[in-house]
Amino acid sequence: MSDPGAIALAFFNDRYRIDPAAMSSLLSIALSRGGDFAELFFEHRTNSAIQWEDQRVKSASRNVAQGVGIRVVKGDAIGYAYTESLDMAAMRRAAETASRIGTSDERPLPVDATPHLTGAPSHYGFDSPLTSEPPAAKVALLERADRAARAHDTSIARLDASIGDELKYVMVARSDGKVVGDIQPLIRFNVSALSQQGESRQVARTGGGGRLGIEYFEQVTPESLAIDAARQAVLQQDAREAPAGVLPVVLAAGDSGVLLHEAVGHGLEADFNRKGTSNYTGRVGQPVASPLVTVVDDGTIAGSRGSINVDDEGNPATRSVLIEGGTLRGYLHDEVSARHFGVAPSGSGRRETFKDYILPRMTNTFMLPGQDTPEDIIRGVDRGIYAVSYSGGQVNISNGDFVFSVTEAYMIEEGKLTSPLRNVMLIGNGPDVLSKVTRVAHDYQLSDGRWTCGKDGQSIPVGVGMPTVLVSGITVGGTRV
Amino acid sequence: MEGPSPLEIARRAVLLARAAGAEQCDAIVSMYTESNVTVRLGELEKLIEAGSMALGLRVINGGRTAVCSTSDLSPLSLERFAAETVELASISEPDECAGLPGQALLASAPNAAALALYDERLESLSTEQKIQMARACEGAAFATDPRITNSDGASLSTRIGHMALANSLGFEGSYPATTISLVVEAIADDAEGKKRNGYWYSAERSLHRLLDPEEIGRIAARRTLDQLGARKVPTCQVHVVFEPMMAVSLMGDLVGCANGSALYRGATFLGGRLGEKIGSPLVTITDDPSIPGRFGSRPFDGEGVATRPNTIMAKGVFSAFLFDCYTARRTGNLTTGSAQRGIESLPVPGPSNLTLEPGQATPEEIIAGVPSGLYLTTLMGSGFNPATGDYSRGAGGFWIESGQVAYPVTEINISSRMDAMLAGIDAIGNDLSWFGASAAPTLRIGEMTVSGT
Repeated sequence: MSDPGAIALAFFNDRYRIDPAAMSSLLSIALSRGGDFAELFFEHRTNSAIQWEDQRVKSASRNVAQGVGIRVVKGDAIGYAYTESLDMAAMRRAAETASRIGTSDERPLPVDATPHLTGAPSHYGFDSPLTSEPPAAKVALLERADRAARAHDTSIARLDASIGDELKYVMVARSDGKVVGDIQPLIRFNVSALSQQGESRQVARTGGGGRLGIEYFEQVTPESLAIDAARQAVLQQDAREAPAGVLPVVLAAGDSGVLLHEAVGHGLEADFNRKGTSNYTGRVGQPVASPLVTVVDDGTIAGSRGSINVDDEGNPATRSVLIEGGTLRGYLHDEVSARHFGVAPSGSGRRETFKDYILPRMTNTFMLPGQDTPEDIIRGVDRGIYAVSYSGGQVNISNGDFVFSVTEAYMIEEGKLTSPLRNVMLIGNGPDVLSKVTRVAHDYQLSDGRWTCGKDGQSIPVGVGMPTVLVSGITVGGTRV
Repeated sequence: MEGPSPLEIARRAVLLARAAGAEQCDAIVSMYTESNVTVRLGELEKLIEAGSMALGLRVINGGRTAVCSTSDLSPLSLERFAAETVELASISEPDECAGLPGQALLASAPNAAALALYDERLESLSTEQKIQMARACEGAAFATDPRITNSDGASLSTRIGHMALANSLGFEGSYPATTISLVVEAIADDAEGKKRNGYWYSAERSLHRLLDPEEIGRIAARRTLDQLGARKVPTCQVHVVFEPMMAVSLMGDLVGCANGSALYRGATFLGGRLGEKIGSPLVTITDDPSIPGRFGSRPFDGEGVATRPNTIMAKGVFSAFLFDCYTARRTGNLTTGSAQRGIESLPVPGPSNLTLEPGQATPEEIIAGVPSGLYLTTLMGSGFNPATGDYSRGAGGFWIESGQVAYPVTEINISSRMDAMLAGIDAIGNDLSWFGASAAPTLRIGEMTVSGT
């Protein structure tokens, strides 16, 4: 797509008659009670999905949502309103509602909201969105996944899959005159495989995708995703109960980045630090991790699930070094926190939909590679855990305590991977675990696009990545004492 | 909001879909206005007010299903939307189990008024009053103890909504509902630069049932202070006492497995175990959609079926799965009136108001019977596998020594299997407490693995 920004602006202008004059007038109303800053966030979103069950298409769905969210900032405080109706009367009412965070008498100020096109390169790798592919092409992908999983192992008794795509037109108009647009594609392929051996049932799930078109499936085939789910379900049939207690843990490359996202990333989102509620508050310039650890958040990786051309405040995505050689370098900022700290926004202001308020959020978060080889790292562990894939995790931002559910893990005994484990949890503290990173391998990988991050009830797509890493000790929550 | 009512729009969508060729269809419309005020360190930090109305349409043609949603409800758009939904159904393949409920199952003359789901006082609650409530809540947290040094703010939210459901069999139902909630998180500084936090909340359908804002603040502060000095404990196998909020979480995990959707997918450890004695005789769990004023109460389910109470576990015997029409037909059962329905998706079975029946013991007596063990007040992560019943969660709370709460603990994990946990429940308290749509008392499990140092 040549210039998604220009196409998005034309889309809102042609379809809803939202032109510079209309935007200027709404922004002027929004600031009329003394707000410092106002912004309009227009969104038109189409989500399509096809569900596959019992070797056939179970259902198809399409959801269309449109609206504008209007925010007024006064100091650290925000007023917010939204409307699904994009006619001027409804939008004016929303602007008036949002303006009430300001406290002065009504006094409209002139605002000039004329689009400035940046013509910056797009970080989305697609020619045409999956939304415009014929349904038969998507169904064919689901069929291929089903066949591959069942052929992989005779114990695969069920295969549920879905293919989903989203196409989001957004336009941001701000009281400082900035007007930018974007078209954000997102695809997602999910597989759930059930292995049944006698009475024993094991379910495993995988998924992938990104800000790509149908060509994603040339890089990652439906077969490979389905076989991975089937393999994990079968593997669980023979898995042993996990041990309980503190053990060395080798985090495998790729998916383990979710641990970094939860255990460290959230604590570096600037809203928590502005409020002094993060364990990283006031620690910029201080050592917060092993010197082997460098952590980056990068919203510009082509085609990745967490990438964005511009954030939901209209700022371009950036690459931010958060921790460098173990030293804390900075936080992830939206406009409010950037103003508070007197720094530039990092393109981290994101919202789930126009109904939601902006928060500083991660994009693609990962640890940079080191010097070791993954084989050497595993060889060096006498008794420990090798953790490969995860179903999710949670962190307490205030103190960094976290937990992770590991869906694929193995015992390491005398330097070798031995039995697969079930029911593995990793429990620890973010800063503590990062200080215990004793080896980092060169095999950095970005996880395939399947992670969704939740914060304040808002879910947004993110990317995670990691090289193979040794943590000298994490509490493993198993059942074998 | 001006314009046609939710029921008029649902009715119109059904007619338009029928005209476009739908054999069967149903339409759900949700309209609401919402507000949120957040006060932090005594200052107004966030003020949100907005309204929304959206339509979800399900079409079933020859067993082929599609579901679509839109918020563009103008007459012209609606006609195109209905036709597109009918067309989309042709992508699906015929499924003999897809279909609307049988006529006889539909709720006749559903009466929402008796359920007390709507409080008109929320309409007149002013922004200034809401700010005062949030401020009082946060202020009480700070006033509890000088060691409370920070706050994530106190947040008061209201929602005034109206939902309507209509289907091509002639069912029409519609009712208003309100919610109000207040939450606060208090923060204290602990040794070694660690912060401790605790929150508390109240969420109700009507203002008069909401817990006093200052009381919410005091409880949040107390829960924060309780965590000061929390430490790990050595790995061991001990009694675990679940406070009521944690017992609600455990019950939720169990009931997620007693679900027709998990049953036909083979994804529940309860498959094939109906009638089996799984839990201790102390365990009785009911799902009752008819309790006035509760979150899960509803006069009809997401498919228009009359709701009814279901007993999921009776004195330890597993006695019911929850079904909607599709999962019931798939498994040779009848719907239990448990369909839940969002605007954007197909119905799925789910609970209404869950209650774990209380017992005789006081919480103090339950703790007094523990020589060494964990009093659980925090669970983290999603380490429950419904297919196998394996249970493993991050945990925090207090260590119990010789029947007394001794010191706070953190960064530990508890694990077992759901059936072993249910069978191992050896005490249930008399302190039934409600959290949203669920209520449970304190309970004690004989033995779980605690992972620590």
